[in-house]
Amino acid sequence: MNYEKKSLSISLDHRSKYLRKLVLKCLIGGDRGHMGSAMSLIEILRVLYDDVLKFFPSNPKNENRDRLILSKGHGCLALYAILADKGFFSKNVLSTSSKFDSILGGHPEFDKVPGVEASTGALGHGAPIGIGLAIGAKIDNKKFKTFVIVGDGEINEGSFWEASMIAKKHKLNNFHVIIDYNKIQSYGRTKDVLDLEPLKDKLASFGYKVEQVNGHDIRKLKTYFKKIKNSKTPTALISHTIKGKGFYFAEQNPFWHHKNFFTEEEIKKLNSCMKD
Amino acid sequence: MRKTCLETVFKLAKKNKKLVFIGSDLGPGVLDNFKKKYPNRFFMEGVAEQAIIGMAAGLAMQKFRPYVNTIATFITRRCFEQVVVDLCLHNLPVTLIGNGGGMVYAPLGPTHQAIEDISIMRALPNLTILCPCDANDMKQLVMQTIKVNGPIYIRIARGGEKIISDGFKAKIGKGLIFKRVQKYNFITTGVMAQVGLDAIDKLKKKYNLNVGLIHFSTIKPLDKTLLRKIFKKSEKIITIEENLKEGGFGSSILEYHSSLNNNDKTKIKIFGLKSSFSNKYGTQQEILKENNLHDDYLSKKMYRFILNDRF
Repeated sequence: MNYEKKSLSISLDHRSKYLRKLVLKCLIGGDRGHMGSAMSLIEILRVLYDDVLKFFPSNPKNENRDRLILSKGHGCLALYAILADKGFFSKNVLSTSSKFDSILGGHPEFDKVPGVEASTGALGHGAPIGIGLAIGAKIDNKKFKTFVIVGDGEINEGSFWEASMIAKKHKLNNFHVIIDYNKIQSYGRTKDVLDLEPLKDKLASFGYKVEQVNGHDIRKLKTYFKKIKNSKTPTALISHTIKGKGFYFAEQNPFWHHKNFFTEEEIKKLNSCMKD
Repeated sequence: MRKTCLETVFKLAKKNKKLVFIGSDLGPGVLDNFKKKYPNRFFMEGVAEQAIIGMAAGLAMQKFRPYVNTIATFITRRCFEQVVVDLCLHNLPVTLIGNGGGMVYAPLGPTHQAIEDISIMRALPNLTILCPCDANDMKQLVMQTIKVNGPIYIRIARGGEKIISDGFKAKIGKGLIFKRVQKYNFITTGVMAQVGLDAIDKLKKKYNLNVGLIHFSTIKPLDKTLLRKIFKKSEKIITIEENLKEGGFGSSILEYHSSLNNNDKTKIKIFGLKSSFSNKYGTQQEILKENNLHDDYLSKKMYRFILNDRF
């Protein structure tokens, strides 16, 4: 299967565009944010929240909720968009992003944003916390599942691999990792900065059941999450995505990994890409 | 002190069903009784300190009470960011137990000598830092850790030390007056209380001087009420710790003293390890002597300090 950029070019439907428009509210409102890192994530989060996760917007800490940790905390604008869409907080809050008094910072914080499990941003923290949650569920005989979304650059961190070994040791079949493999990290291509390949083999050798998917293909993502429902092992999904997906000038462009001080022209261009 | 600490954790585990123990790669047989009795609450997860701290955070998020144990340098230096972000930022009730605080691992060299753990841990918001002086102090304090609603770092020092806290009621957040507060006092933390007491004996025998000693088993939060009382009565104070002076326990006393808005004239000198990595091995006692952390030297220093002699 080929997961190069060309093969991932899938046209966005109304809902995917709508969620991206919510991200734009944060970006433009705060005049800054990790644009590329949020846009690659939208479909992963959309499928998780629309079809997979058990959650309770009016009681975010409900014990039976599934746990989702956005370990790549810099992709938080996408998380804010879906949480607002699901009613964890008002959509009006989105445009306050990064402002002095806002609950929405450049990285998500558990005690400010309803629906955020853990404060992330420093990379390599989500998987270890996730195995703690998953082990806790086993001890307590609880049915909830733990999902951790990591970035590709993020798994340069050794702590991710330490956690992976522990997940295997304890046969944590309630622990699911999703790698947002957009292949660009801050400085440039992951292939050049610190190559992860052969990623599938690496993850498999650490004990994960590994699958790959076009991370913008709603149908395939749904099928995948159905498939892992009764998994016997920890799972890892390599979700091949496009950084800045949906915005031709930002796609796979490292200068849109994080962006601030938007010009009128740029705002116009951003908005025009999301017209139905 | 270490044995007492872990046995007390086991004792707590019998009462508290949510207590879990996580070790990295400790010596064979550690807490075998715990493992046998509560196999699903005992974890030995390998030389993976970063992941272990995150794992403890995840468990604490689900109302578990993790007690994490490994060598002091590894539980502080190696996973510092995890301690900062996963534990302190989230303010989770995870207790970190560091073996070999100070120069306990003298012969193992600088990688294992915890010379700055107090300094780096003291900088962290929400963290409680405990530094008991003996096994009795340790036992009482560990029993109370289960009631603290935030992260804790316990520094375990020398093993098999003399018991000096007998009859004293240790309490987290409170200092203990081992020798009545005088015009001149030692303020100590950890096993330096013993060194201070020996120095006091010498001062009495040689110069017939009465010097007080207050032991702070809790370095953070500081017992400020007691400190204010001590400052009020004291003219001169010497602090002693088995840690670098930079940012350590004595430094915290100076910081607090400088924040007081009054005419307090108390003079304070701080003593700790020299500002360098040790290039010696041998025993803890030898290295402490090399660092002037022994009764002879400290009693002389106190005497000169009192006389306003050349310090």
